[in-house]
Amino acid sequence: MAAVPDASPPAHPLSEGWGRALVFGYGLFAVAATGRSAVQLGMEPQKAPLAYSLSLLAAVLYLVATTCLLLGGRTGWRVAGLAVAVELVGVLSVGTLSYLATDLFPDKTVWSHFGQGYGFLPLVLPFAGLAWLRHTRPRRDREAGRDRRDRDG
Amino acid sequence: MSLPRPTLAAVNPWLYGVALAVAGVLAVLLVVDLVRDRAAQDSHFVGLAVVELLMLVQLVGGVVALARTEREVEGAVFVSYLVTNALVPVVAAFLALAERSRVGTTILLLGVATVAGLEVRLWDVWGGGGA
Repeated sequence: MAAVPDASPPAHPLSEGWGRALVFGYGLFAVAATGRSAVQLGMEPQKAPLAYSLSLLAAVLYLVATTCLLLGGRTGWRVAGLAVAVELVGVLSVGTLSYLATDLFPDKTVWSHFGQGYGFLPLVLPFAGLAWLRHTRPRRDREAGRDRRDRDG
Repeated sequence: MSLPRPTLAAVNPWLYGVALAVAGVLAVLLVVDLVRDRAAQDSHFVGLAVVELLMLVQLVGGVVALARTEREVEGAVFVSYLVTNALVPVVAAFLALAERSRVGTTILLLGVATVAGLEVRLWDVWGGGGA
């Protein structure tokens, strides 16, 4: 990918190319997780408070990631990175715990068993997201820094 | 012991079967596109339109059947699945048309998989309340 050096980032670089597929994927899961937590919390919130709060957290993270991808820009990139990182930690820890400590999760979350009920996409999404964010990382100061190092060294 | 009447089913078995079959064939064709590293063929968009048509029929039929049924169906979940399934092909098609490359093909594949997955869930939700 030949980047135009020192060009200010385009208006929506995060939601183009593979970013568009990510917007679709994250959008789907934003809807799915929001729906799931709304049903769970609306029907019987006492049943599995931990699982339901995690569903809600997942919903918020997916919503934030989708929004940030669509908004783009430096701040969008940063916040998306944070959301996706937390998501990765969440899916890995909840996925592991749902196998090891089944009594913690009387009901399922999006992340249970590494997202088995959702074709393991919840496990794939954060890796795809991080790869995409790495690819689209704002270049200006990084490249400027590298240039300076090259000159000085 | 009487079996549920298929004609009254919100998730019509024929429609369900055809939708899953079309989605399955489309998924295979899209994977072929992906392997060959090309944008989704125009005919695949036609296939997606067929899926969309089925989903619209299912949305109407499902809501009517839900209003009439005596079963305990989680109405909100059921209708939200019906609506989502009617929206997914449209959104996927628009996004895929904006990226006529492997990306668009991937988006269509995701969309088709979502429709198929939600169809299975719809079947469960409708049958789950006890036949």
